[in-house]
Amino acid sequence: MKRAFPILGVLTAVLLSYGLYEALVAAPTEQTMGDVQRIFYYHVPSAWTAFLLFTVNFVASVVYLIRRSVKADIIALVTAEVGVVFCTVVLVTGPIWARPVWGIWWTWDVRLTSTLVLWLIYVSYLFLRRFSSSGQTPLMAAVLAIFGALDVPLVYFSIRFFRTQHPQPVIGGEGSIDPKMLHALLINWAGFLCLAWLVCWSRYRLELLQREVEQTEALEALLDSRRSR
Amino acid sequence: MSFLYAAYAATWIIHISYLAYLLRRYARLRHEIQKLNQK
Repeated sequence: MKRAFPILGVLTAVLLSYGLYEALVAAPTEQTMGDVQRIFYYHVPSAWTAFLLFTVNFVASVVYLIRRSVKADIIALVTAEVGVVFCTVVLVTGPIWARPVWGIWWTWDVRLTSTLVLWLIYVSYLFLRRFSSSGQTPLMAAVLAIFGALDVPLVYFSIRFFRTQHPQPVIGGEGSIDPKMLHALLINWAGFLCLAWLVCWSRYRLELLQREVEQTEALEALLDSRRSR
Repeated sequence: MSFLYAAYAATWIIHISYLAYLLRRYARLRHEIQKLNQK
């Protein structure tokens, strides 16, 4: 396991560097939007990665509710945190792309609004975990995560079911994509998936260590109080 | 082109900021472990 971490780090760096080259240099320029369309290679993989992380968060929350597993609780926390980071990228790159193409930074259509709501749900999830001192916090967070996960399919399918300003999907939808563009998109997604895995792994270890330290400190405090009696 | 570079820069600023936050938390935790070991 110790060797896997640096190997994954190198693989992530290679994939992201190659992905950057593919996105900025190798992929053909889109005819209507021009070079600004290349934001697609960061915006879409970040959205897919965020959806995947929120789905893992949902599964881990269900497992926690059934088994009360500490590992499942930590996985839920970690995937929500990293998912929020990727969702933030989506919410920042989206308006930067929208401004030159639509002429506006933001519009309250279903896709954009449901994505913002998704982000707000998971930010509130993280606030709950950070500031609640109740012993029931993991339980309340798991229930909130299950409600939050209901928004993921709504965001994903909103452009199929509603008329929105957001473009229709080019993969699995009516649109089509140049094979070179698809290649650049998938390379970048692979890079972001590796980055997400790497960060989740680091965050998981950090959380484990944090909980061990907190337990040791609590034990020390208990022993100190007994010694002083 | 400036919008394209702004989007790419924003992406990396967000990821690097989060990694820096994790590193800071890890450093704080190591400090706490050192203090516990000294007791």
